[in-house]
Amino acid sequence: MSMTRAIRGIAASPGIAIGPIVRYEAQKLVVHQQETSDVPCELQHLDEALSQAREEVHRLYEQATQSVGTQEAAIFEAHESFLHDPELLDQVHSTIQQHTRTAAYAWQQGVEQYANQLRSLNDTYLAARAADLEDVGQRVLRILGGQQEQTLHLQTPAIIVAPDLTPSETVRFDSQKVYAFCTATGGPTSHVAILAKALGIPAITGLGTELDQLTDGLQVIVDGNNGEILLEPDSATLELYRQRAQTLAQHQQVAFASAHQPAYTSDGTRVEIVANIGSPDQVAGALSYGAEGIGLLRTEFLFLERATAPDEEEQVTIYRSIFEAMEQRPIVVRTFDIGGDKPAPYMTVPAEMNPFLGIRGIRLALTHRDLLQTQLRALLRAGTGHQLSIMFPMVSSSEEIIALREQLEIARQALEAEQIAVAEQVQVGIMIEVPAAALMADLLAEQVDFFSIGTNDLTQYTLAADRTNEATASFSDALHPAVLRLIAMVSKAAHEHHRWVGLCGELAGDPLALPVLVGLGLDELSMTPKAIPLCKQQLRLYTLEEAREIAQQALKRRNAAEVRALLKEKTHMN
Amino acid sequence: MATSNEVVVSHNVGLHARPAAVFAKLAATFSSTIQVENLTKGTEPVNAKSVLRILAAGIQMNDRLRISADGTDEDAAITALSNLITTNFGETE
Repeated sequence: MSMTRAIRGIAASPGIAIGPIVRYEAQKLVVHQQETSDVPCELQHLDEALSQAREEVHRLYEQATQSVGTQEAAIFEAHESFLHDPELLDQVHSTIQQHTRTAAYAWQQGVEQYANQLRSLNDTYLAARAADLEDVGQRVLRILGGQQEQTLHLQTPAIIVAPDLTPSETVRFDSQKVYAFCTATGGPTSHVAILAKALGIPAITGLGTELDQLTDGLQVIVDGNNGEILLEPDSATLELYRQRAQTLAQHQQVAFASAHQPAYTSDGTRVEIVANIGSPDQVAGALSYGAEGIGLLRTEFLFLERATAPDEEEQVTIYRSIFEAMEQRPIVVRTFDIGGDKPAPYMTVPAEMNPFLGIRGIRLALTHRDLLQTQLRALLRAGTGHQLSIMFPMVSSSEEIIALREQLEIARQALEAEQIAVAEQVQVGIMIEVPAAALMADLLAEQVDFFSIGTNDLTQYTLAADRTNEATASFSDALHPAVLRLIAMVSKAAHEHHRWVGLCGELAGDPLALPVLVGLGLDELSMTPKAIPLCKQQLRLYTLEEAREIAQQALKRRNAAEVRALLKEKTHMN
Repeated sequence: MATSNEVVVSHNVGLHARPAAVFAKLAATFSSTIQVENLTKGTEPVNAKSVLRILAAGIQMNDRLRISADGTDEDAAITALSNLITTNFGETE
């Protein structure tokens, strides 16, 4: 039996790390000097410090978007919103002016007051926001004190142990040198957990007072899969974990090393592996993960969370910046896909009992033709010199395709009449999300250049199960044979008409599903960028014949669970 | 003339974090003075443009809110902010 001591926390981010501990404790800045004799000067200091803080936070946001993705980076968006909060700023201003306090003191007081107020509501979620506010508060105090932001420098790679880590601290460590994060506070959904997961670094949170046992320099094993830390492991334990860590790392390494190679099956069938992109700041990240193009550019980011619609010029600028980064790689842009569930304030969306079966996607666009025209014009203008495809969401009939093609033609002719350069040879495609479109695919194929199957909606429509409803989520598995049969049908119809067919739902990024999708004949898989390296790697392990065989078997299974069992049995990834 | 409207929050986390930030950001695009009052909790009206005030109002799912606006674009503000809440912040994807 091993004599190794172990302590337990919450498994916050998976993976195994072995190494020495470096203790980290943030220094909290506290301002004592209260009085000032120069109010205008303090006000100016505050303004300058706030704009520098906004810049810094915005940079962190961009950096986090690149390294961990938009969703996780939203933490820093919250920080930004605090720095713009009119009530907090008013209060700090008036403290400086009316009580002749220094900017630093007034700011510290304002932040403390709001943080305490949030904490007093006894809600763990709001307590976490209080911590965010204090994090951003410290940043402003640091700037007011004339200090530069220190990079948290590690001489050699180590396991970082801290009572707590703010999001800005977590991303400021050089992620190449951090083996793992261990903290006393925090749960599985804390910032550290979310960021560590996104960075691919193991993490254990919620260690409480056990943290005291993790002293500087101590050799430990961190097992992020079960939340266990082994202190001063004996040589047998060490060897066991080294092997486990090595196997894991090799797999990752091979995938990342070859992420920029084009994707082929082992017998040379080409499958394009491309990225789903939801905002311009994800483009660089997608390329670094080896995306061969964009298979789904969602354009809702341009339309949502604002009071008025984006005009043509604004759209052209943004599309161009994305297209230029992609150079000659293929780009599929989806026109705005908005419905009652995610409305824009300037669109008239009727209140609906069931927005998923209501006026959404192209149904909404065809009732807001001015908005659609603006977008189509902007796309045609920005697309010059690029491999642009335009894709329409939520199409369910042949008439819609006729109407949409007509809209595109109107936009093209208007631009030509105005002697504005437009993209030549733009491919036109539709998303297959509605079962009706899948069933009619053989006829719809005559009207378009390509199909892209949106499995998220196709699954919920086919299985009549809302994927956002926890109670029905278990019915809503895209690997259900009913969904796979529709995919098979669409793929066959497309190929009979010499059209290409892709898939851009979450299913595309699931390595387990990959052989089925390839076996069903999909030419392109569009996924979240982070999934690209592993999916390419997975693809290289199968011959087309093997994938087809697996797909044929999957189509004959009775339910999603049986399909999953089949795929686990057939997977080459262990 | 000031105007107001009442809405019920259906978002499963209420007006927490992202929804609160989105709400305040949208409110800040209008020049009118805009206030939100949590009728269910009986809290004081707060500045709709302040994310910290909205967070502190502890707005949860099923709470009834009164949004009121006063200014040149008050009607547009009420419509846009009410829409945002009744249509659940566009969070499904």
